[in-house]
Order: sequence, then C-alpha cells, then structure tokens
Amino acid sequence: MLTIIQITAVIFVTFAASRALLRAKDKKISIGELLFWLAVWSGLIFVVFFPTFTSYIAQIVGIGRGIDVIIYSSIGLIFYLIFRLYVKLEEMDHNITKVVREISLQKKK
Amino acid sequence: MKTYIVIPAYNEEKKINIVLKNLNKAGYRNIIVVDDGSSDRTFEILKNTDVVSLRHIINRGQGAALKTGIDYAILHGADIIVTFDADGQFLVREIKEITKPIQVNDCDIVLGSRFLGKAVNIPFLKKVVLKLGVLVVFILYGIRITDSQCGFRAMSKVAAKKINLSADRMEHAADFFSEIKRTNLKYIEVPITVIYDNYTLKKGQSWTKSIELGFKMLLNKFAR
Repeated sequence: MLTIIQITAVIFVTFAASRALLRAKDKKISIGELLFWLAVWSGLIFVVFFPTFTSYIAQIVGIGRGIDVIIYSSIGLIFYLIFRLYVKLEEMDHNITKVVREISLQKKK
Repeated sequence: MKTYIVIPAYNEEKKINIVLKNLNKAGYRNIIVVDDGSSDRTFEILKNTDVVSLRHIINRGQGAALKTGIDYAILHGADIIVTFDADGQFLVREIKEITKPIQVNDCDIVLGSRFLGKAVNIPFLKKVVLKLGVLVVFILYGIRITDSQCGFRAMSKVAAKKINLSADRMEHAADFFSEIKRTNLKYIEVPITVIYDNYTLKKGQSWTKSIELGFKMLLNKFAR
C-alpha cells in the first residue's frame, strides 16, 4: 500500500524528471546535467520507498536520524546550486556589459 | 603626450556642464564622457558639446562605464588616461599633478588620495568606511594605500592595456587593486582634494552600499 508521501513523490518526480528529459532533448541542458538531475530525483524516490536506508546512512556518518541526513544533504545541495547560479548570473551580467560597451563604441565610429 | 580624460556620468545633468567647462578652460581637449544609461538629459547636454560622448543604452555601473571610456582612449592612441568624476568633486588643476609621475616615467599608475592632506571636511562616517576599505584592500591584496575608493586616477597606456577591469559596479576600485597586484605595475598615491557639498553627499555612496561592496569584494576574491 502506497503512502501519501510516496504517491506525491512519484507524481512530483515523474513531472520533474520529464522536464529534465525534455530540456535535454531540446539540448537546453547537457547530458551531464541531465544525469545529475535524474540522480537527484531517483535518490528521492529511493529514500521515500526505503526510508530505513537513510537510518542506515545516518548510523554510518554519525548523524542522529535518517531524516536529518536528508535535510543536511538537501541544504548542502541547495547551497551549491545557489552558488552555481550566482556565478552564472555574474557571467551573464558581464556579457551584457560587453554587448552594451560594444554598441556604444560602434555607434561612435 | 596625449592625455585623455575619461568621465563616467550617470544622471549628472546638473553638474556635467560645469565640469566640462572647467576642463575646457584648463585646455584639455581629449575628453571622453561615458553616459551610463542616464534617465535625465545628460546625453543631450553632451551632444551639444565637443567632447567625445559615448552612451551605454542601459545602466551598467561606474566600473563598466570607466572601462568603455578607457577602451575608447586606447583605441585612439592615448598615452595617459585620467579618470575623473562628473559631479565636480575633483579639481581640474590637480590633473597636472596626477599625470606628472607618469610623464616623468616614475610609475604606471597614479592613485588620488584624499587622505594625504588636501581633502576638505570628509564626513565622519565616510572616513570610517573608507579606512575600513583601506584595511580590506591590505588584507585581500597586500597593497598599502591610504584611500580605497578614489575615482581620480591616472594610468599610462601600458597600464591601461594590462589592467582588465571586470567589475561593472562600484567594485571597480577593488578591481584596480587586484589588477595592480596581478600585473605588478608600479603605482604611487598623490594627494588630491575632494569637495563635499550637498550635491555630492546626496549622490555619494551610502554606508550600507559600502558594506554590500565589501561583501562583494570578498565573494569575488573567492568565487573566481
């Protein structure tokens, strides 16, 4: 019998993974990125269906409860992704400046 | 030696004319004003003068505008490039003093400093923030200076080509120091005057902005 959390997780992951697959098909994300996201989402499915596994990990790394392992690693992952976004945004900002500069110099010539 | 004066301007319709008039009176002809996407009449005013006026179609920040002007100056054969403010904070007659060390081949970069004796009534809070900046610059880049945020500088053609200003916003001051460090260019500081009146104080950087700036400097130091 599926629990509500399991059903929700399956629906959510099906949706999220299909998005990732579609983006990869359109070449909007690379194969590496696609694999990364598929790993994240299948990890989610795995722990929802085998919650005892997280307790096992918790014991190995020395964190109290299984759920804490999930929370800690999720926060770590989120921070990492935010950092990546920050770098990406900065890069975009610089590129915009380059375009604006080029236009201003071209107009003067 | 061909000296170019680069002036970034953002919404300076009230002051830019006076600054340009003073420069003209002092005999400076190679003036580049970069209008950084002003929403006021700055660019229209510039079009009616004989200075080189470049326009950023959108606002990209002072550092970006400076680099645009510097790029233009390099393209047009500048020997010395002076960066100056559009709001009348600096004195035109001090341009001579700031370019002199380069003319006599003493160094590649001259940094203006308001803490070497000349500045008039720096507000207390501003002083504290600027001095904190000096400390941050020393910790991050190991460079000893007395003024961390002065927009009045001069550089030789060689220095201008070597220095790569990548920071668009106000972090360009810090960018200068990291580039000095990286390129090993010879620099000195010369005393300059900074005039604080109601106009410049209102336009100037607030101290919250300065803290944000310090934070960005740290991030940039470690995120690259």
